[in-house]
Amino acid sequence: MSSLETFRTQTRAWLEANCPASLRGPAAAGELVWGGSRIEFDNEDQRLWFERMRDRNWFCPAWPEAYGGGGLAPEEVAVLEQELKRLRCRPPQINLGIWMLGPVLLEYGTEEQKQRLLTPMTRGEVRWCQGFSEPNAGSDLANIRTTARDQGDHFVVDGSKIWTSYGDQSDWMYALVRTDNSGSKQAGISLLVLDMHAEGVQARPIDLISGKSSFCEVFFDSVKVSKDNLIGPLNGGWTLAKKLLQHERSAMSKFGEFSLPTHFDLMAILRDYLPVAKTASEVVLEARAQACALDEQAYNLTVQRMGEAARAGQDVGGIASIMKLVHTEQEKTKFEILVDAMGHRALGWDGDEFSSQELAISKAWLMSYTQTIAGGSSEVQLNVIAKRVLQLPDASKGGAK
Amino acid sequence: MSLIYNEEQRMLLDTAQEFFAERSPVSALRALRDGGNAQGFETALWNEMTELGWTAIPFPESLGGLEFGYKGMGAVFEAAGRQLSASPLLSSIVLCGSILEQGGSEAQQNEWLSALIAGSKRLALAVDEGARHNPEQISLSATRTDNGFELNGDKVMVVDGLGSDGWIVAARTLESPASATVKASATGKEGISLFIVPAGTQGVCVTRQSLIDSRNTARLSLKQVELAPDCLIGELDQGKALLDAALDRGRVCIAAELQGACEQLFQTTLDYLRTRVQFDAPIGSFQALQHRAAWAFVELELARSSLMAALHAIDSNDEQAPQLVSLAKWKVGQMADRISNEAVQMHGGIGVTDELDVGLYFKRIRVLQALLGDSDYHLSRAAPTVDAA
Ligand SMILES: Cc1cc2nc3c(=O)[nH]c(=O)nc-3n(C[C@H](O)[C@H](O)[C@H](O)COP(=O)(O)OP(=O)(O)OC[C@H]3O[C@@H](n4cnc5c(N)ncnc54)[C@H](O)[C@@H]3O)c2cc1C
Repeated sequence: MSSLETFRTQTRAWLEANCPASLRGPAAAGELVWGGSRIEFDNEDQRLWFERMRDRNWFCPAWPEAYGGGGLAPEEVAVLEQELKRLRCRPPQINLGIWMLGPVLLEYGTEEQKQRLLTPMTRGEVRWCQGFSEPNAGSDLANIRTTARDQGDHFVVDGSKIWTSYGDQSDWMYALVRTDNSGSKQAGISLLVLDMHAEGVQARPIDLISGKSSFCEVFFDSVKVSKDNLIGPLNGGWTLAKKLLQHERSAMSKFGEFSLPTHFDLMAILRDYLPVAKTASEVVLEARAQACALDEQAYNLTVQRMGEAARAGQDVGGIASIMKLVHTEQEKTKFEILVDAMGHRALGWDGDEFSSQELAISKAWLMSYTQTIAGGSSEVQLNVIAKRVLQLPDASKGGAK
Repeated sequence: MSLIYNEEQRMLLDTAQEFFAERSPVSALRALRDGGNAQGFETALWNEMTELGWTAIPFPESLGGLEFGYKGMGAVFEAAGRQLSASPLLSSIVLCGSILEQGGSEAQQNEWLSALIAGSKRLALAVDEGARHNPEQISLSATRTDNGFELNGDKVMVVDGLGSDGWIVAARTLESPASATVKASATGKEGISLFIVPAGTQGVCVTRQSLIDSRNTARLSLKQVELAPDCLIGELDQGKALLDAALDRGRVCIAAELQGACEQLFQTTLDYLRTRVQFDAPIGSFQALQHRAAWAFVELELARSSLMAALHAIDSNDEQAPQLVSLAKWKVGQMADRISNEAVQMHGGIGVTDELDVGLYFKRIRVLQALLGDSDYHLSRAAPTVDAA
């Protein structure tokens, strides 16, 4: 048996033995565990699964062991992911830091920063949020105005961020700040990490179309941040930010793979609301659903192909650039079809008149609109594909009117 | 599962691309068309493809094949698609060859399969009867007689059916001419038999169906065609499974040809977007066009994954193969409609002229889309149904 097959056998046996049965299959809303200082478990199984995966160093299986990672080779990580998926294990915890900041720190952080910031991440002790967007800096992210002034041994941060997911519940933030105004917009940006419990930081949740949320407005009023929290070079944050956004998009394109509460089986639910398509419009609805299900299959195969191509050493930049766009647009289409099929049963807000699944679908449908905006809107993704992958000319340079 | 070409398959793809680019570029198709060549391909090119061993790719060594699989076939079809290179690889090797490989008697294999691989003979498959592909609705009849069988009926869309050395004809078997009742159910899988009808058999009339792609497509009319018992391939009434397996191999190769044609056509279109200037700017700088081009790219990638999964499924005898083949034909077909539309539109006026190759791609793509089931057909075949439970 090849060593990879041995690894698969062992991994499968370990997961069978250690992932509690109650944590296999999709999670209901509110059943996910978020790592951090204020971690909460709904039940003993969640705590066990969290601790077992943590102690196995599998929160970050690909990271070096020196920082608490699992030290696995890419092929082994792929096997672990396949086996987790096979058993439909829920993620033991969710932590934005691991998906987005971690890989950037591994590449650009100092040794001291890696030790100090990565190790608690791999133990699920710190919850991270992303402070990039501002009221006037959305798609045009380089337009940020929140400033960090150099005060000798520390920076002082002033300004505000918006759409900060889980800003009110996080321990630390990685933020883009303006450290220079003299050159181009991009050239005066730095990446800082800062303590959300520090004096002068205030987070206020914003209500969304789907209801109460953890998307926050965050205000900074003369917040002191020590200099060793600058990641990468001063005024060199833009390059890191672009890298980080790539990690964010690739994480978002994988949301469908986790057994997240927003995952609903289209054809199974359709069966309940449209058991037999009779009229012409019902037949059309069924065909739309079928096309959507097949598109999802084509997408999943593309995820798989990208993994294989990457492991074979091929350039996957082109495929990678479509993943977030495709996944989030497909999800939106899927919910549109569900809502059409379910009629008013998908339009419930709260109360006993609707089943919990119906209410969950309504919320997830409304939330699906956030995904084609967050992490770079679909239009921005299309711009990226057109310019970077297809090498189409720039409007500004071409002088298009 | 492996969704990428391995080293050897990549090499074959490169070789095939170079070969077709040099030996059979788009201008060759144009010349065939303008010369009124009804055979639809160049015999010399076909001989060279045979010498390169490409006709032996999918077959086992015991039958004189190379056992290189459908990933290998896919690579050749992709390369041919890029240049719109015409050959009877689909009709004679993939469709008829598969049927003989899987269901032919030793005598049939000796007489026909070796000759097909050697390129000395070729066969064409006759399945479709109606306007749209529907192998569940075969009504051309085969009736038992004292000397064998009598076939009656019409076939259309017979790929490379003109000038072939024979045809494999899918027929519904009837009990006797007198009763003329259908032996099993009138539709579905039951009661289908496959026959080899050699060219020159009495009662067979072949007419050209001249299609927009300028290739070889025929109508076959069979009137009281007498066949000897040894013309039957496999068991009587058991032909549907054989036919389906061959059709799936054909469909996946068509998908590969489409993928190649569309990738090439998309490149051509991108080049035009970069170079054509209007309003003092390259038209490719207009965001309306950029976004449509980006969506076209997305579709190409999704189609590619579906295609590779189908090729792999055929090679590994996966029981999910029919579903994956239909997924591929559906997804690739959808992508192909989109890319061919966009290519014509984005070229503006010149895009609808015969002078530009874009139109030749468009026309071939649309024929391939319809061939052995268009996207709508394969959507129904691939998709989970609501009442499947
Ligand atoms: C649910 C959610 C969670 C989020 N979480 C975070 C977070 O944790 N941290 C964080 O920093 N940010 C977060 N964001 C912010 C997100 O990154 C921004 O919303 C996003 O970048 C879009 O910016 P905007 O909202 O200002 O829209 P705008 O940039 O104003 O865009 C408005 C519209 O114009 C289009 N548009 C803009 N520019 C172009 C262009 N060049 N070409 C074509 N169309 C264009 C957009 O596609 C969009 O349709 C989150 C957003 C959402 C919805």
